Amino acid sequence: MDEMDQLRKEADSIKDQITAARKAGQDTSLQEAVAGITVVGRVQLKTRKTLRGHLAKIYAMHWGTDTTLCVSASQDGKLIVWDSISTNKVNAIPLKSSWVMTCAYAPSGNLVACGGLDNMCSIYNLKGKDGNVKVMRELAAHTGYLSCCRFLSDSEIITSSGDCTCVLWDIETGTQKTVFAGHQGDCMSLAVSPDFKFFISGACDFTAKLWDIREDACRQTFSGHESDINAIGFFPNGNAVITGSDDATCKLYDLRADQELITYQDSSIMCGVTSLAPSLSGRLILAGHDDFNVNIWDTLKAERVGVLAGHDNRVSCIGVSTDGMACCTGSWDSFLKIWN
Amino acid sequence: MADPRPLQACPPSCFIQFEQSCSKTAMSSKMQISSSIAQTRRTVQQLRIEASIERIKVSKASSDLMRYCGEHAKNDPLLMGIPASENPFKDKKPCTVL
Repeated sequence: MDEMDQLRKEADSIKDQITAARKAGQDTSLQEAVAGITVVGRVQLKTRKTLRGHLAKIYAMHWGTDTTLCVSASQDGKLIVWDSISTNKVNAIPLKSSWVMTCAYAPSGNLVACGGLDNMCSIYNLKGKDGNVKVMRELAAHTGYLSCCRFLSDSEIITSSGDCTCVLWDIETGTQKTVFAGHQGDCMSLAVSPDFKFFISGACDFTAKLWDIREDACRQTFSGHESDINAIGFFPNGNAVITGSDDATCKLYDLRADQELITYQDSSIMCGVTSLAPSLSGRLILAGHDDFNVNIWDTLKAERVGVLAGHDNRVSCIGVSTDGMACCTGSWDSFLKIWN
Repeated sequence: MADPRPLQACPPSCFIQFEQSCSKTAMSSKMQISSSIAQTRRTVQQLRIEASIERIKVSKASSDLMRYCGEHAKNDPLLMGIPASENPFKDKKPCTVL
């Protein structure tokens, strides 16, 4: 077992090196750096629309790109595409498996995807010739539940799974292009960088990982959370990552400094974070919690500046539209609400 | 009273399978050791990659974040608020002429 001991010692030594290198970069803290700026004023958003139609818990929602359309997934076994302004249902797609945990809208607006306990990612074509929405592909290879999926384009999608891996798929052929392995726990969430070159994943091993999509490599790993990471997102310029965890906190990690800059926490917040989204400028972070509320944080000052209270059950998903004009929340109470 | 269970719970082929799986188990535990060494080697390799990146200072990271927020704040509707007349989500109340 000599080799094993040696390898373990080497691993520990490199981990110490990383810790030391990160410490060497701490010539200040974000808290100190922002001491001179004022906290944003109280943010009070109102519910402008309620999207009614699902008959069971909503697990996921995703805005389309540059549009007021959004898609939601519920364990009533339906994917619904909504016009958020008129509240009309543009499409109501019945699913083969009602155990859905995630959904995604392709940037083109042509496709939506979903998946869950069926371990598959199903791709639906919204723009089929005869007007009917049909399953275009079923991407099957994961050996665990599908927790999240995000399109890179109409031909590629990335999925995260309870089998601890993320996968880049070729939608046309229905095959895996790359398997991103490395997490030691269920992958719960993923987000794609604004330039589509990287993605980040959050997992039940309490870490977030940054992956280079084309080089098939994990570039960086971020620790610090004390429980599962359920939600993850990029700061709008792609240089930082925001995570939300069952430990009731959110954290901001800077990619170029390779470390955590700040934690968003409050002793009065004791419920896990289920979902998060930054506002357009990144100055606000909206985080959905198990306690039915959404907390709004000043990203730089790490102070809570607002609360969205309106759901009668857990807020399971949240998203800000691409033009930043509205925030959509989805809940186990079966409703989606549009706020601004 | 007759024992309702058959004397032989397993047919003989079961014992052969058991022996085979025993030696498989012996084999697989060796494979497990070598695969966990392989696993740890991969972990060390991955850690080397992560250790080798260039890092900027927290002061630079912070000032870049502050600058980005500052430059884009005025275009952030949720931050700045949206005038009712420009809010497509706000229900327009009908006007009554008195």
